[in-house]
Amino acid sequence: MADALVEMRGIVKTYPGVVALDGVDFTLGAGEIHALVGENGAGKSTLIRILTGAEQPDRGRIRLSGREIRPRRPAEAQRLGVAAVYQEINLAPDLSIAENLLLGREPRAPLGWIRWGEMRRRARRILGDMGLEAEVATPLRHCSIAVRQMIAVARAVDQKAKVLVLDEPTSSLDAAETSRLFDLMRRLRGLGLGILFITHFLEQVYAVSDRITILRGGRRVGSHAARDLSRLALVSAMLGKAAPEAAAARPRTRPVDSGAPARLVARRVFRRRVVQPFDLTLRSGEVLGFAGLLGSGRTEIARLLFGVDARDGGTLSVNGKTVQHHSPRRAIRCGMALAPEDRRAAGLVPHLSVRDNILLALHASRGWLRRLPRRRQHALAERFVRSLSIATPDLSRPVAQLSGGNQQKVILARWLLMEPTILLLDEPTRGIDIGAKDQIESLVGDLRARGMAIIFISGELEEVARVSDRVLVLRDRSVAGELAGADLRLSSIMERIAGSGGGDGGA
Amino acid sequence: MRDVARNLLWPFAAVAILMAFNALRDPAFLHLRLVDGRLTGAMIDVLNQGAPVMLLALGMSLVIGTGGIDLSVGAIMAVAGAAAAAMLHSGASSASAVGAALAVGAAAGLWNGSLVALLGIPPIVATLIFMVAGRGVAQLITDGEIITIAPDAAILAIGRGSLFGVPLPVLTALSAAGALAALARLTSLGLFIEGVGGNEEASRYAGLSVRSIRIAAYSIMGLLAALAGLIDAADIAAADANNCGLYLELDAILAVVIGGTALTGGRFSIAGSLLGAVLIQTLSTTILRADFGGRSVPVELNLIIKAAVVLALCLVQSGEWRRLCRPIRSAAA
Amino acid sequence: MRVVLSRHWPLLATAAVFLVLYSGAAATLAGFFSWFQFTRLFADSATLGLAAVGMTFVILSGGIDLSVGAVIACSSMLLALLAGESGWPLWLAAPTVLAAGGAFGAGMGGLIHAFRLPPFLVTLAGMFLARGTALLLSPDKRIELGSHEAIRSLSMLHAADFTLPALALLGAVALAAAVLRWTRFGRTVYAIGSDESAARLMGLSVGATRLGVYAISGLCAAAGGIIHVIGTQAGDASVAFLLELDAIAAVVIGGTVLAGGRGSVVGTLLGVLILAIITTIPGYLSDLNSWWTRLIIGALLLLFVALQRLSQRWHEQ
Repeated sequence: MADALVEMRGIVKTYPGVVALDGVDFTLGAGEIHALVGENGAGKSTLIRILTGAEQPDRGRIRLSGREIRPRRPAEAQRLGVAAVYQEINLAPDLSIAENLLLGREPRAPLGWIRWGEMRRRARRILGDMGLEAEVATPLRHCSIAVRQMIAVARAVDQKAKVLVLDEPTSSLDAAETSRLFDLMRRLRGLGLGILFITHFLEQVYAVSDRITILRGGRRVGSHAARDLSRLALVSAMLGKAAPEAAAARPRTRPVDSGAPARLVARRVFRRRVVQPFDLTLRSGEVLGFAGLLGSGRTEIARLLFGVDARDGGTLSVNGKTVQHHSPRRAIRCGMALAPEDRRAAGLVPHLSVRDNILLALHASRGWLRRLPRRRQHALAERFVRSLSIATPDLSRPVAQLSGGNQQKVILARWLLMEPTILLLDEPTRGIDIGAKDQIESLVGDLRARGMAIIFISGELEEVARVSDRVLVLRDRSVAGELAGADLRLSSIMERIAGSGGGDGGA
Repeated sequence: MRDVARNLLWPFAAVAILMAFNALRDPAFLHLRLVDGRLTGAMIDVLNQGAPVMLLALGMSLVIGTGGIDLSVGAIMAVAGAAAAAMLHSGASSASAVGAALAVGAAAGLWNGSLVALLGIPPIVATLIFMVAGRGVAQLITDGEIITIAPDAAILAIGRGSLFGVPLPVLTALSAAGALAALARLTSLGLFIEGVGGNEEASRYAGLSVRSIRIAAYSIMGLLAALAGLIDAADIAAADANNCGLYLELDAILAVVIGGTALTGGRFSIAGSLLGAVLIQTLSTTILRADFGGRSVPVELNLIIKAAVVLALCLVQSGEWRRLCRPIRSAAA
Repeated sequence: MRVVLSRHWPLLATAAVFLVLYSGAAATLAGFFSWFQFTRLFADSATLGLAAVGMTFVILSGGIDLSVGAVIACSSMLLALLAGESGWPLWLAAPTVLAAGGAFGAGMGGLIHAFRLPPFLVTLAGMFLARGTALLLSPDKRIELGSHEAIRSLSMLHAADFTLPALALLGAVALAAAVLRWTRFGRTVYAIGSDESAARLMGLSVGATRLGVYAISGLCAAAGGIIHVIGTQAGDASVAFLLELDAIAAVVIGGTVLAGGRGSVVGTLLGVLILAIITTIPGYLSDLNSWWTRLIIGALLLLFVALQRLSQRWHEQ
């Protein structure tokens, strides 16, 4: 690559206890759309935060057009020509399109008064240059997310950006909007900009990028020209398993007993812009795995099933009863439990004690008047702390002080003592140590043997394949297939995730 | 537990220092005497006059515990006092007047809670509405006049009576504190409030009914504000819609902050809020009694000192301040 | 037409409420419908109106200022003290009071910004501080200025029946509207209220703007205090009790969103006039008591807050 626009060399960044980036090299050429892919914790966001000046690397160098740079703040990076547009668009929704394009650089008369006519003319010209059509006096809040996204891009480009970072710009766009954004990206590529594009959708990676860089666990796994990299190779690189090894036969599982009672049945359940209609049947004594990349809809389906988000259509029945207005409270009453993906945001109440966190759901279901006697609370919490071997000095320790694995076990304990018939585990093993991981996996086996119906969600395909009796494969917010028995192999999961080839493009 | 003890140490020390200051200037400050079967003395007066703020601070700590705030408590006091006085005026018994006042207070709390929990209006805005309209409601009830309460009405005991030598307002405040402590320890309400204030999303996942918990907190607040309004009305034997409870919402919030409860919610301390209220009243009393070189200190100094205390406490609680102080501390170490 | 409706419906709703109230009052109250009465509406609400103009800046930026009533009282005392007892000439005393009000506001804004404290708490402390100072300035809590020639002649000033207070209110509204519309500072106020972190990332000076917003609020409140002295020939430490509530109500009824980012100072003027009509009506009707005004203001406040909330939900859908 002769004209490298950005060269990042040997970038190292550590946070307390975590190596986020471990000597990553990255090169972005001028006039290139470069996709950066990787699963959770791969280091994508840390890398772009360093490039855009939001963080400083511990070690390593960044060159922009051959000159070394060390941006300390996003504003500084912006001045140097590196601009970023994030998923949550950083514009002022109450101001007009023209102001959002030009505020801070607006044309002014000698006394400092804003020249509105000139401002609107300039804004129109900028939009025209980008091939966008919109009335520039419209307040931004009246625009669709796609238009806002493109206004943000236009603002960045008009500020003489040479490098444009697009962080998951398409995650709330529909197919038509996405292709409009792609048109704009191609146009900017033609102008010689380097575009760093982050997305979870493989289709989109192939639809628009020239090169693909894959990160995994804070290291660069590889950089390839998009046309030289097969989808399967890409998926295996992201997930860290070479295809041949992945094809190895899966250990054990007894055959699924199709006569067991159906615990959870979903028919054509969907939520607009979030999950396409899907069917699902979960039986007593089986583990149903969800496999898919981040953003494929695996967490979203769990939230729909548990009633966190309302569904826009379809029928759902739990333990034989049809559920109309769903909510977590109702789901719990029907015998469901969900250990959420994001422990911090949706699982734990940080400064409540380990005991209170374990007993929160039980107390919630008993109502405020029927609090358990203190001794019984203690005994219950103690029992689960012991059986799950939660490492805590005492039960009244704030749960925030525990390690990730122990926090996860606190949430499991919360639900196990409710004795649910249906257990949804969303990424129960993410970010926890190997020992705790093995423990959780064998616990899932025990629970299944006792007749519990379990949905097991994990970004680690090997784990899903190992633990589950059946696997639903998800791709681009819809169910791409179901695998069971002899078909349930890592290689077949990956093939389904990668999509059977075919450039169907868009979301 | 150690946390709580440390949080209470400072307000406790402040109360002790103020008491000591008063005692040094005038040893009679510490005297307690039994007059007509009733304890009297400056320290009893502090508790007695502080009773309304204690009640408000108790309720406010629950509301702040859920991550909210209630600016309308002074207005609720006025409405409740007006309701009781109007009932008496129309010939009802003292018991039904008290009942009416409490019902009105709870209804006002329910209204606030519903605006916050059901309509999703931010707490400051939601309670501001009742703060604006509440005194109008109170004047509507009293027909715009100050209704006096007949000197022989049984209801006056709430403000002036005593039991076993202890003034009833003090007993009321302490038993409300006891009841709340029991509610927090013997039922799950305390846990739920801390859950909702600490992490609303997680509480929802765990099956808590976030809305009803919020509404409950504001309703209890309304009930306690009504009690405070009754004490105030009984104390002056009149319902004054304009001045009853004026600015007390600020004292209540201040008491809660002094008691070590962060305004961000998720935790509350009943003992701390009680102590905070006592500290505020001790401060007022100290200023009232103090005189420098024969010149008495103007009561208004109280306002300025309160302002300074609010700012100082908030500064100390703010993260930015700690960041500023860190280099100084590590340099000293 | 549809664009105007969808973009400006809060302001249009306020204008409609004003027109209905005004024509209703004009039709039913004898002597209400006259040019003189119309100008009286402005004169009577000049102090409140000035405070509300400042409050508009604060609320547009996403904050709140609970200290304005106390600052009005404190400024009136300070002016009476300087111009009366200390014998300063008015041309020196009045700007000093304005500067003091502005500096006080800027101080609060600085605390809010530098330490990320909640605005309602800091301005609450400011309210205590200003009210306490006002009460401490004179043992009588009131300073009469019976024989002050300059102030008396100012109180006689008028143009087309608009008295000086009314003119001051109109001037402040015009100036504020121009600043909000045509300066970078004004647009930054909207940007901060709209999305603070976005404003920061757009490279706008958030800190200075926030300081300026609270300084303007303090300045406007000080101007309100001066107007009060001109109207009553006295400084009064207990004037404008809880006036901040009316100021906030006027701003919200004027169509400014309490979360910030949307609204206008012209709407605030309409809101102030609405409150002025509501408080005037009981004077005409002996069977309607003044406390109804509190209830009606509360109800209007609820109506507008609920409307804002509903439109917000509708946009989120």
